Amino acid sequence: MNRIEIEQLTKFYGERQVLDAVDLSIAPHEVVCLIGASGSGKSTLLRCINGLTEFDEGTVRLDGVDIYDESFGRTGLYKRIGIVFQAYNLFPHMSVLENITLAPIRVHGRDRREAEAAGLKLLELFGLGQYARAYPEQLSGGQQQRVAIVRSLATEPDVLLLDEVTAALDPELIGEVLKIIRDLKTSGMTMVIVTHEMGFARDVADRVCFLDGGRIVEQGNPHQLFSKPENPRTQKFLERIIAAGRLEATV
Amino acid sequence: MTRRPGKGRRQIALKDRLAPVLISLASVVLVFGAVAWFVGTAEQWPRIQRQFFSIDAMIEAAPGVARGFLVSLQIWLISLVCIGIWALVLAIFRAMSGPWFAPLRVFAIVYVDLFRGLPALLLVLLFGFGIPALNLPGLPKEGLFWGGVALILSYSAYATEVYRSGIEAVHEGQGMAAKALGLTQWQTLRYAILPQALRNVVPAMLNLVVALQKDVALLSVLGVRDAVREAQIYTARTFNYSSLVVAAILFLLATIPLARLTDHLARRDRQRRLQGAK
Ligand SMILES: Nc1ncnc2c1ncn2[C@@H]1O[C@H](COP(=O)(O)OP(=O)(O)OP(=O)(O)O)[C@@H](O)[C@H]1O
Ligand SMILES: [Mg+2]
Repeated sequence: MNRIEIEQLTKFYGERQVLDAVDLSIAPHEVVCLIGASGSGKSTLLRCINGLTEFDEGTVRLDGVDIYDESFGRTGLYKRIGIVFQAYNLFPHMSVLENITLAPIRVHGRDRREAEAAGLKLLELFGLGQYARAYPEQLSGGQQQRVAIVRSLATEPDVLLLDEVTAALDPELIGEVLKIIRDLKTSGMTMVIVTHEMGFARDVADRVCFLDGGRIVEQGNPHQLFSKPENPRTQKFLERIIAAGRLEATV
Repeated sequence: MTRRPGKGRRQIALKDRLAPVLISLASVVLVFGAVAWFVGTAEQWPRIQRQFFSIDAMIEAAPGVARGFLVSLQIWLISLVCIGIWALVLAIFRAMSGPWFAPLRVFAIVYVDLFRGLPALLLVLLFGFGIPALNLPGLPKEGLFWGGVALILSYSAYATEVYRSGIEAVHEGQGMAAKALGLTQWQTLRYAILPQALRNVVPAMLNLVVALQKDVALLSVLGVRDAVREAQIYTARTFNYSSLVVAAILFLLATIPLARLTDHLARRDRQRRLQGAK
């Protein structure tokens, strides 16, 4: 069974149609990258998957169950699908550990001491143990984004959504964040990744989807899609990317 | 003269730093000295001095005015606490989204429009004289109480807007992150938004605190024996206005340090934000 099934997903912002009958299924442990020009609807699609944005038509199912099904309760969905944003969105008035334990304690009612122990262990695992008591502004962008990823993992989700998590980082800090994502793939995490890092998408994705005007106009395994795109719009997009030097041309 | 590095250079630097201070000091002394001389030698000065700055009258009026000032301070502090809480409640009403909270939201909006649009003095008169005159059973009848209520209602409208601007200044990504973690709307406000918003509003709130300290004097129209009222009583008896000057000095002693503190906090805040932006 598919982990996530999206059917005929349609979304309007006022008069403007942002998603146009999107179909997408994601298998367990699969890593799907969404690429496409700015404004093509990548973030919106991502936020519909965990109910952060309401959509107008269509269904999204997690393990076969509609995400608006009552069995998820108010918080069940957020526990099972984590999301990380471009701007980290850490809470600046909380220490790293408090950021990470907020949801387990306040939302999922875990014992504070237990949650802190689990949070520390998770931080150690990602090489951030020494920053548990630090505040976000004391960390580099790369470290903050790694903390944000750990925060989304603290509720042990089955699916992770990543929205351009390296776009705000200085080039020399991108690597440490991408490494975490690779490690997560190795550990079997199901992920949907919006990215402008085409080289990374090619490495890490099982499947790449190209969005244009709110539709998935082409998808396939990364080597096929990046080297032999069939749709003219994909070809044009990739040509621009290559011209901008963000993907080495592959023949 | 040749400048050598080392000690000489540092001395020059010190002189450079001292010069502006000395110049401003000298110009302040010069200007204010000139004004004082001009006023002091004016023909009318002795009369003015007797009327407003009579030391004897000041000493005589001081105990009464000081007692009144303590009353002012009490009203001020109690009102501050009430305003801080009530305005926060209103701001939270205002910040809750979703159809269920529409009545609370509308209430907060109407409240702010209403009480911000009315002069505080009018409210003080309306509540302070009007409600006791109704003789409602079970409710206090003192003008002091109802005048205080009027001040609280009026200032809460301004304070609500200050809180609201603080809440809106928190980046929207914060709310989204909290929602994605599963926090309810209330938990999002409580744990993610408000702690940041409250820090944002401290300087603006202190401005209101200073303004309220002065507006407590409005209650004197109700016969509340605050500093201004006590000073007036003395003036009415002796036809000397020095007692009002005593009250003025007491007010300034309380508000000037607060104003400086406000400036200091605002400056620190700006620096912090500049550092954050780099
Ligand atoms: N809250 C909103 N209100 C109105 N329009 C919105 C809103 N959020 C997004 N849009 C519009 O929806 C369209 C798709 O936006 P979306 O953020 O999904 O694009 P994207 O592919 O993620 O782009 P980018 O690469 O710039 O992040 C855009 O035209 C955008 O202007
Ligand atoms: Mg986006």
